[in-house]
Amino acid sequence: MKRTLAIIVGIVLLLVPLIDRNSSHISAYADTGGLVLLAFGLNIIVGYTGLLALGFAAFFAIGAYTYGFAASPQYGLHLNFWPMILVSAAVAALFGLLLGAPTLRLRGDYLAIVTLGFGEIVPQVLQNLDKWTGGPDGIAGIDQPRLFGYAFGFNPIPYYYLYLVIILIALWLLNNLRHSRIGRSWMAIREDELAAAHMGINTTGAKLAAFSLGAAFAGVAGVLFAAKLSTVSPSGFDFNTSVMILAALVLGGMGNLTGVITGAAIIGLLNFLILPQSTNWVQALGQQLHASALANLDLNQYRFMLYGIILVLVMLFRPEGLIPSATRRAELHAEQADSALPENNL
Amino acid sequence: MPEFHQFFQQLINGIALGGVYALIALGYTMVYGIIELINFAHGDVYTLGSYFSLSILALIPLSRYTQGWELWLIAIAVILLAALLCGIVGVLIERLAYRRLRNAPRLAPLITAIGVSLILENIMQIWKGTSEVPFPQFLPDTVHTIAGIEVHDHAVLVVVVSLVAMAALNLLVFRTKLGTAMRATAQDRDAAALMGININSTIAWTFFIGAALAGVAGFISGIYYGTTFFLNGYQAGLKAFTAAVLGGIGNITGAMLGGFLIGIVEAMTSQYISDQWTSVVVFTILILILVFRPSGLLGEQVPEKV
Repeated sequence: MKRTLAIIVGIVLLLVPLIDRNSSHISAYADTGGLVLLAFGLNIIVGYTGLLALGFAAFFAIGAYTYGFAASPQYGLHLNFWPMILVSAAVAALFGLLLGAPTLRLRGDYLAIVTLGFGEIVPQVLQNLDKWTGGPDGIAGIDQPRLFGYAFGFNPIPYYYLYLVIILIALWLLNNLRHSRIGRSWMAIREDELAAAHMGINTTGAKLAAFSLGAAFAGVAGVLFAAKLSTVSPSGFDFNTSVMILAALVLGGMGNLTGVITGAAIIGLLNFLILPQSTNWVQALGQQLHASALANLDLNQYRFMLYGIILVLVMLFRPEGLIPSATRRAELHAEQADSALPENNL
Repeated sequence: MPEFHQFFQQLINGIALGGVYALIALGYTMVYGIIELINFAHGDVYTLGSYFSLSILALIPLSRYTQGWELWLIAIAVILLAALLCGIVGVLIERLAYRRLRNAPRLAPLITAIGVSLILENIMQIWKGTSEVPFPQFLPDTVHTIAGIEVHDHAVLVVVVSLVAMAALNLLVFRTKLGTAMRATAQDRDAAALMGININSTIAWTFFIGAALAGVAGFISGIYYGTTFFLNGYQAGLKAFTAAVLGGIGNITGAMLGGFLIGIVEAMTSQYISDQWTSVVVFTILILILVFRPSGLLGEQVPEKV
């Protein structure tokens, strides 16, 4: 049943560029793929290990800029795109280690604030060091990938398939990782760090691994982002981006890959397709009706209101998200379960 | 201006700047002290204070009043009203977004707090648009020159208001019944409840007072800067939180001290390094303190409860 469903979804996803011929739509689907990758990364840190990282977009920025430096006129370097995916992932992971090593022993909410501070510092530094990073304008003319002589260019279709392939690889990796020794230690830490440590888990090592692996995913997403757009600038990696990734995770259900994909797909489609499209429709309608209020309405500016409402409502009424993992749901409702216990025992 | 004067001029600017951070930091520190929640929406309540003040001031025909004392009286009335409105918003936020999650894992209320912050920012964006809003400069702003250093009345106002607020808050926390209830709740919520303390109302009062102080900060920062902006609260809130952590979170005097220090650091950074590096410097300080001295300057080392 589950397998059939997965195959059907897979076939539909493969056929999407044939069904929907609108290239701005396909571009939006590809960007949604980028959000899925980012959500995968954050899911390792927040969903599996239970560490709240608020400045996750910083690692995304590091990945994107690493590729930007390595393949653009900025330094005259034009390294090949494909190995740079791994290199940027490694650079982002390294920054994850550097940030994580001193800070991971902090308790949950302090760690959240430290990562938030880091998330503020990275784009600011990228913006201020204009001699090296291109300042607020960022880097333009970034090389776009070629595969067997085929140039991707600005056509969104090859990027769409590239995201699909990378998401598949990531899914395979995460599925194996989750049931591996390290994956089980992550979840043990999430459930009770003290108990996990007493069971002989190297909690610092496991947390560092989660941090750097999560950062590596953001690094990969960064390379693809920079290549697809052919440009990067600091403004694309601010707190709002981090919040969008977090909203995807919270909405879909942390810790469960189906949930993470669902959440990222909903938020991504809202952000890249539905809000811009419906703004066009509403504005066109407003012009037809000569209603200036409608003609000038920009629904895009309400997106963060929407994310805010999603964060509050989901946490209040369904903290496990739309499609939760069984363990996570049990944890979040542990209290009800505990208070129900005596009655059951009677 | 000689080097020496410039330093003291920036010191004065930094202290005024820090007064605003200190007032915001008081709210962070109180709420964290009592329910260990980083009230992420607190910075936006501060901006809301500016916005409430703007709307109240719009109702007053300011040009009709010319006497200094009349204007100061208006200022006091506006401060009190803005504080009251912000306080109510603070209580509402606690009731709607945090109370249900009081016993949930610690990260759950932090996530709703981020959500509330986004919602407030968007409401203010719809309210007055996406550009900076000018704040009426109706209070007299005499410049006193002391040994070559300029001190504006507005800067004095910021510092006096923040010091008075801290003193009043200290009295409240250590000399009143409500303060005792707050401290008891902070120490052990269950035991406090057994002693007959109404936990819900104590926590609600804490939010009220913290948010009201943010409202005061919103008014005086409007006067001091002359403008306000719907996203101001995000960075200001983060810097004020840094101040609270620097001083030792949960400690009122510490929050005050931290606020002034952060203000001075910011002023000095913009003087001797560059304006654009101030946030980087402040957030680096935040990370360094959390890593090396999470208890802050005046806080005590509290072992994590198991």
